[in-house]
Amino acid sequence: METAKQGKVIVIPCSGIGKALGSIGRDATYEVVENLRKGVADTTCLALIVSGDEETLQLVKNNKCISVDGCPLQCAQKNVKLAGGNLAANFRVVDALKENRKLKPKTVTFLDRDGHQLSAILAKQIAGKVDELLRK
Amino acid sequence: MMDLPEKKVGIISCSGERCVEGTISRVATRMALEKLRPDQTVTICLPLFLAGGKEERTFTKYYPTITVDGCERLCAKVGTERYSGKIASSIVVSDLTGNRDCSDLSSRRQLDQKALAVTEKVAERIAHEVDDILKHSR
Repeated sequence: METAKQGKVIVIPCSGIGKALGSIGRDATYEVVENLRKGVADTTCLALIVSGDEETLQLVKNNKCISVDGCPLQCAQKNVKLAGGNLAANFRVVDALKENRKLKPKTVTFLDRDGHQLSAILAKQIAGKVDELLRK
Repeated sequence: MMDLPEKKVGIISCSGERCVEGTISRVATRMALEKLRPDQTVTICLPLFLAGGKEERTFTKYYPTITVDGCERLCAKVGTERYSGKIASSIVVSDLTGNRDCSDLSSRRQLDQKALAVTEKVAERIAHEVDDILKHSR
């Protein structure tokens, strides 16, 4: 398969734990790597990048990366850049929320219906970007 | 007599996106924050130490901190001690499950009943550590 030769796209969500936005970013990431683009996209722990794990640093340097941040602090994007990762795109859950103002996700630990809906919308956007990056 | 602000304990979970043990760490941390010890605990996102500013990096100076790691790579413990300071206690999920690294205990996206039972044990362990830290800090 052509895309397999080109390496995987690594999707890295932020570790947001205080608001629903972080949980939505992670859920969207899992939807992409486990369902929508299984086999051509993968994820890793942002914490492994922060703690300087050599294997993970090589992974983000040698593959195109997409960061997915919950809030405007953009921890995922900043930490991938600091680690010298090959950052090709960044998504912010807060932007997806602005584009879908009717959705009001509230719960953090387990997503509510609006949280799942926003996650599904974001996952499709990320999957589209994965395709674009694999074509380049 | 003047009321002094109550002392709180910081809980920092690993992000652990690649493993179900990471999901267990985060959900257990949320359980401790929301249900078990809501008035005694606070949290911060681990990578904020790097992305944030001086205030975030002094987190462990303000709060005795418990790190909760999914696996033996101990990213939360290592990251917190490197960028913020010494922690008060460390909990590692894989020590409780007996797995050395990522396991197939459950889906990492959606915890099943078995994984939720482990998560509740981890949350109780966090609450116990919170009580212990507060007892000794008085």
